[in-house]
Amino acid sequence: MYSKGTKRKFYDSVDAATDNKAALYSRQRQSLLDMSLIKLQLCHMLVEPNMCRSVLIANTVRHIQEEMTHDGSWQLVTEAFGSSGPSDHLVATEVLCRSSALEQQGGGPKLYSVMGYDGCREEEVVTDEALCSVTFSGGAPSLLGTIDHCWDRAELRMAAVEDRVIKDSGSEVESGEGAKTVMGQVFGTFEIKNGAPGSDPALEELFSAVDASYYDLDTMLTSIQSTPKMGPYNLLDSMASSHGPTSNSSCRTDLSELDHIMEIIVGS
Amino acid sequence: MEAVSCRCYQFNLLLVMLFVTADIISTVEFNHSGELLATGDKGGRVVIFQQELESKNQPQCRGEYNVYSTFQSHEPEFDYLKSLEIEEKINKIRWLPQKNAAQFLLSTNDKTIKLWKISERDKRPEGYNLKEEDGRYRDPTTVTTLRVPVFQPMDLMVEASPRRVFANAHTYHINSISVNSDCETYLSADDLRINLWNLEITDRSFNIVDIKPVNMEELTEVITAAEFHPNQCNTFVYSSSKGTIRLCDMRASALCDQHSKLFEEPEDPSNRSFFSEIISSISDVKFSHSGRYMMTRDYLSVKIWDLNMESRPVETYQVHEYLRSKLCSLYENDCIFDKFECCWNGNDSVVMTGSYNNFFRMFDRGYRQDVTLEASRESSKPRSVLKPRKVCTGGKRKKDEISVDSLDFNKKILHTAWHPQDNIIAVATTNNLYIFQDKL
Repeated sequence: MYSKGTKRKFYDSVDAATDNKAALYSRQRQSLLDMSLIKLQLCHMLVEPNMCRSVLIANTVRHIQEEMTHDGSWQLVTEAFGSSGPSDHLVATEVLCRSSALEQQGGGPKLYSVMGYDGCREEEVVTDEALCSVTFSGGAPSLLGTIDHCWDRAELRMAAVEDRVIKDSGSEVESGEGAKTVMGQVFGTFEIKNGAPGSDPALEELFSAVDASYYDLDTMLTSIQSTPKMGPYNLLDSMASSHGPTSNSSCRTDLSELDHIMEIIVGS
Repeated sequence: MEAVSCRCYQFNLLLVMLFVTADIISTVEFNHSGELLATGDKGGRVVIFQQELESKNQPQCRGEYNVYSTFQSHEPEFDYLKSLEIEEKINKIRWLPQKNAAQFLLSTNDKTIKLWKISERDKRPEGYNLKEEDGRYRDPTTVTTLRVPVFQPMDLMVEASPRRVFANAHTYHINSISVNSDCETYLSADDLRINLWNLEITDRSFNIVDIKPVNMEELTEVITAAEFHPNQCNTFVYSSSKGTIRLCDMRASALCDQHSKLFEEPEDPSNRSFFSEIISSISDVKFSHSGRYMMTRDYLSVKIWDLNMESRPVETYQVHEYLRSKLCSLYENDCIFDKFECCWNGNDSVVMTGSYNNFFRMFDRGYRQDVTLEASRESSKPRSVLKPRKVCTGGKRKKDEISVDSLDFNKKILHTAWHPQDNIIAVATTNNLYIFQDKL
């Protein structure tokens, strides 16, 4: 059922007004980017995802990335993420909704959070718990909380997937590409593709870190334990600090079970 | 033919009928006479309602609709190649103009379109002398008289039978179907392609629009709706997720990738945000009955376009502008992707569309008036006039107003339909169908 969101406080912790607003804007833009990437990743359902929605979200991500590249903050993202940011990381995200957000800000806009939409069960859990209702103690751990749920979803989906006939997952895994782009992942389900030719190197870079090929968890797990990738914002890097071996091993167990079933089905 | 602006549309709408459906309603459509109203639902069922004939005893009963026929149009399927389910949800229903005693409609899910024939049977032949009492055929040599059977009345039986199945022509999800004014062809549109069919031929369709890029990762725009012109059988329009409408002439070339006209309103720079593109995505496009105008619905507004002017709409109506400051939250919970439909009244003087909290809005083009009404059981006592509603956007909330924060975003009216001649409207909430009529 519908319920109201929690009011959040806006903590003004930086002296210079314009600096604060710019920093706030870029944090909110970051949070919008995170939200969008999660939405794209959670597109994998039993029914084909809505293409219009996927395209619009992907365009939003592209737009944010272009703006971040343009104002030079793209390189600073990793550093900003590593440092302990103020607790208002995800506060007042609706400021992003306004065009001249910086001018229009009064004193602490009230965040209106609308929750509980039946049609998007997966995302409801993620956004509800991680993005809407919690005041965060620190920037980095809160986002990790988001990713935590992402992994939970992945594990649950692995279990669900075992019950299904999976014929073309083989073609996706065996296609030879290491990490497909999220775009390819989303749009690739609409037709059988044999390759994922990279078109936009910047986008590839953007998505390579957050690629979630659910049939290729091994690659992701390996990348966590290795040194963080160079380049832009990398969700997986943040996970490295919070995920111990235990959660990895449970993923691995599911994965080996899935492999076993795959062998039976594919008859290799 | 110019639309005639009638009396002031301060609607005195009464709730006439309320139907609770088993499943979520996904489409609502009146037939060309308005006598029949079809609904499709998420479970693949079609329910058709028929208007009661005017009765001299109870003249106010005109407008009452009762269930006429129910049938299962589509079943869930599984695409083994992609390991994905194909939903049986009915995305659209379109009636064919009536040619004989039977009624025909097209119904479609994501992948397959079906032509259904709905016919009545109220007589049956009786009086054969060829069978025994128990049903066995008599020995022909014992039959010595010729008896012509006579048609006897029987209880009305309404039969729905599938006459054509148009399958395997769409890789992507079908969002629109539209019957041509020539009554021989129709179009079906999915996210990236539009196909032209002949109603008689199921194993062949012509692709007339294809916006699929060679590399799918370059995809930035999809088709959201398409419709044939009501009078010109060579003209159709399709809308996109970037807020553009393209008008195409099928006489120009076989593949109508080159539009004849492109309708696009320049973006207002003061309203620019990360959500600008999403809210500009057009969820529905409908020609006026006259064919002179078309209406588009995007997330926050309804726009009326003159087909002779591509640069900007002639009229713009704000449906729920108070949501503009909530776009981020609406993006979070996916409500920003809701696809609202819109419709014209019979003489193109009023347009209607749905909103949240079970509100729907009507805009009178002539008198420049608009009204917000609610389809809910609490506020719709049978035979009592609907009260206009108001959303309070800030400051002090007056009595009877509802504040933006109290709106229920789970209660959305996506589908509405207007009787082609009378002031009778059908409004679908999640699984309730409301039929309102103007007080006589």
